[in-house]
Amino acid sequence: MGSTVTTANSEEKTWGGGNEPMGASYGKLMMWFFIVSDALTFSGFLAAYGFSRFKFIETWPLADEVFTHFPFLHGVSAPMYYVALMTFILIGSSVTMVLAVDAGHQLNKAKVTFYMFLTIIGGLIFVGSQAWEWKNFIKGEYGAIETKGGSLLQFVDNTGHRVKLEDFAASLPKEREQLTRSKGKWFMDESSLPTYTVAEVQAGFKAHPDLLIRTEVIYEDNAASKADPKNNTTLNKIKHKTILTRAESERRLESAVLVVEGANLKRNEYGSKLFADFFFFITGFHGFHVFSGVVINIIIFFNVLVGTYEKRRSYEMVEKVGLYWHFVDLVWVFVFTVFYLV
Amino acid sequence: MSDVHVSNTKRIWFVFALLSVVTTVEVFLGIIKPESLHLNTFLGMNLLNWIFYILTIFKAYYIVWAFMHMEGEKSSLRNAVVVPVVFLVIYLLFILLTEADYIFEVFKNSTIKWNF
Repeated sequence: MGSTVTTANSEEKTWGGGNEPMGASYGKLMMWFFIVSDALTFSGFLAAYGFSRFKFIETWPLADEVFTHFPFLHGVSAPMYYVALMTFILIGSSVTMVLAVDAGHQLNKAKVTFYMFLTIIGGLIFVGSQAWEWKNFIKGEYGAIETKGGSLLQFVDNTGHRVKLEDFAASLPKEREQLTRSKGKWFMDESSLPTYTVAEVQAGFKAHPDLLIRTEVIYEDNAASKADPKNNTTLNKIKHKTILTRAESERRLESAVLVVEGANLKRNEYGSKLFADFFFFITGFHGFHVFSGVVINIIIFFNVLVGTYEKRRSYEMVEKVGLYWHFVDLVWVFVFTVFYLV
Repeated sequence: MSDVHVSNTKRIWFVFALLSVVTTVEVFLGIIKPESLHLNTFLGMNLLNWIFYILTIFKAYYIVWAFMHMEGEKSSLRNAVVVPVVFLVIYLLFILLTEADYIFEVFKNSTIKWNF
């Protein structure tokens, strides 16, 4: 017990042990050390995201066009709602955690158990929600074209609404087959081929004269962008992606080299390649923190159940994992702002 | 804090309500994006983004102070945790964002292009 809970030393023995620098026990202080270093790690990631975003400030994807899904609402554009729900779930589980800590101070085992249980459930729901968010992000919705120069082209109709590749791509006889290990000469294979070839998309675009191309560039609505003959005159809106004229669209589509569907670490249909990389890396790293937080909470939950802390007459361990859990919530608050709001 | 073990359930629920309200306001602003806030620039960002960041820091303060119980710790612990983080984060952001803006200008104004 002496190694897990330090009690205040009233006698003047500075080096005799049992002291509590900064008035916090050893375990709590170490948890704060860890949180400071982890906070700086996350700051580094988010600052790197900010770096890339400011570097590509004119072409960065717009969050409310990327994260638009909500469970059971198919085809409805519902930006923000789902992450808002996730945020409430995580704040809620933070509250139950702090209630567990509070009950621990009163050595109320039943209440600690109950609130720890709710915290674990909240954490699991959050991780599940994040998995669903990833699934939608990876699957994509509309599809896009990558050009020889590495820029991304998306498709809209003559009212400015996004159009899916499947709605217009022509069907041409395919000669190209995915190379799999079973067909390779040696250990050769490749990732799965897109549903449509570049030629099919180009042919489909020609056959639908009302289709237009939307570039990655965010429309400025200033004199230069208004005078640019390449820009569509009626559909462009300030702080939205620039839509081209039909003639310019056809010209741009000639330099198409790849069909992009969904997102992976190399390219994504939303825009800047780095966007998906940062999304996977930062939300993944945060999700891993939530996951490990849930695992730690489960361990502590069983310790509470078998009465370990009851015997110690101290629920400080619950407080320590609580610190970690709140930290995970704290990071999410920033990830939420940086990825979804700004 | 270790001497007094009074329950502060009331404060916990208050903070929960506060965080929920702030999040709701953020989501609401994020959906409607009022033009008066969104279509201007102040120190490199539009006012709406500044509001989002200020509200985020407001929420972070309450999470750390109320949930992580920083308000009950000694000021030496408070400072040891908060001051290094705040200083290093501001420093990091200053360097990275300034450099990023510089690189953006290079791509924009010179013959080097990434997107053609």
